Amino acid sequence: MIQVNVDKCLHCGGCVGSCPKNAIYLNDFVLEFNSDCINCGICVKLCPVAALTKV
Amino acid sequence: MKTYTCDAVIVGAGPGGSMAAKYCAQGGMDVILIEKKAEIGAPLRCAEGVSKSWLDEVGIKPDSTWIRADMKGAIIKSTKGTTYQLDESKAGNEVGYVLERHLFDKALARDAANAGAKIMMRTSCTGIIREDGKIVGIKAKSMGEEIEIRAKVVVAADGYESQVGRWAGIDTTLKLSDIDSCIQYRMCNIDITPDYCEFVIGSAAPGGYIWVFPKGEKVANVGIGVAGHLCKKGADAKYYLDKWIAEDPRFKNGQILEIMGGFVSTCPGLDSAVDDNIVLVGDAARIIDPITGGGICHACRTGMYAGQVLSECNKTGDFSKKALQPYEKRWRDRMEDKLFRNWMAKEKLATLDDDTIDDIIKMVKTSEISNVTVYNLLKAIKEKYPKVVEGFEDLI
Repeated sequence: MIQVNVDKCLHCGGCVGSCPKNAIYLNDFVLEFNSDCINCGICVKLCPVAALTKV
Repeated sequence: MKTYTCDAVIVGAGPGGSMAAKYCAQGGMDVILIEKKAEIGAPLRCAEGVSKSWLDEVGIKPDSTWIRADMKGAIIKSTKGTTYQLDESKAGNEVGYVLERHLFDKALARDAANAGAKIMMRTSCTGIIREDGKIVGIKAKSMGEEIEIRAKVVVAADGYESQVGRWAGIDTTLKLSDIDSCIQYRMCNIDITPDYCEFVIGSAAPGGYIWVFPKGEKVANVGIGVAGHLCKKGADAKYYLDKWIAEDPRFKNGQILEIMGGFVSTCPGLDSAVDDNIVLVGDAARIIDPITGGGICHACRTGMYAGQVLSECNKTGDFSKKALQPYEKRWRDRMEDKLFRNWMAKEKLATLDDDTIDDIIKMVKTSEISNVTVYNLLKAIKEKYPKVVEGFEDLI
């Protein structure tokens, strides 16, 4: 599972467009991960401010 | 459920979406342009630097309301500190403006509205509607209410997120090596060279570059793009940008007024940006310059092409993949070679060490290139460092 640090996230949507499963949705200031997430960690690696972590 | 009906529904009121909306409406189509956010052009996800050469091509007149600064040239710097100053006399139309993107985007949306497009704010696409396998519109949420927008054709202008195309079955997935993640600060109180855009390449920004784009006296967009797969373990874009700023005395008294993130694709565009009853434009179609990360001019061009081609298709009502091929042809004829060449150059640049980059900048400084463009720079590099352009020398 991917956890979002909401205090760090800049809502840039970068993870959304980089997700190979199209499993992330940016709803204004909230990132939503759906069940298609395969926990690959690409979003974690690319986040410019390290707001995402694998748990 | 509330249902709207139109000829074309356009998802995203960025430059690509607004241009598509304008040209569809001018072509006599009934157009709905939807925008997820509460304000067009904000929050900013852009470094705001553009060249001037393409504006005329897409019918945009430079306007002082959205031009923040007129650049006299560019400064290219290696991580080791070698600097090459490029003046307008040499750089011609490659030098450009620093925009107020939030005003630029609104001006383009206003043009679309003036042409007859309807704009629905705070309306986000949530899916594609198909009937008997055919795309017949989109599902959306508008001010919290679930709605349907029925249309003959969908234009996906949803930017880097590029979800609409994927919902419609077009694979817009990027390879890790074709993604740059970016962070930018709007900084004040900094001792920068006004009127010059600055680019720093090399290990300071693995697989990308650092930019300083002036936004007036002592204020600039200071940002970085990096390729995730080339970054040190545990280091993100912010790490590299903060490190560079801390080591440059010009930023000693600098303060940050705004922080923004954003990603760019660095591939040469999708294999196909159309399918039956759907067209992708701009960032959503991954049509971005892989070297500069510049997307505005590509979005405006593809938006215009899409609007013009769709207006033609509307005369017969045929929006099949086959009928949409003129759009594919137009953007490819205009941009594909350059996108591919710059993609190859980007791949090579990412493998060069700081010494080689420093040598190349020194070589360019002493060379007599009278008209500096990426193309002419690559030509000069080809002569002195043929290895750097190995594999795509035919395109130079």
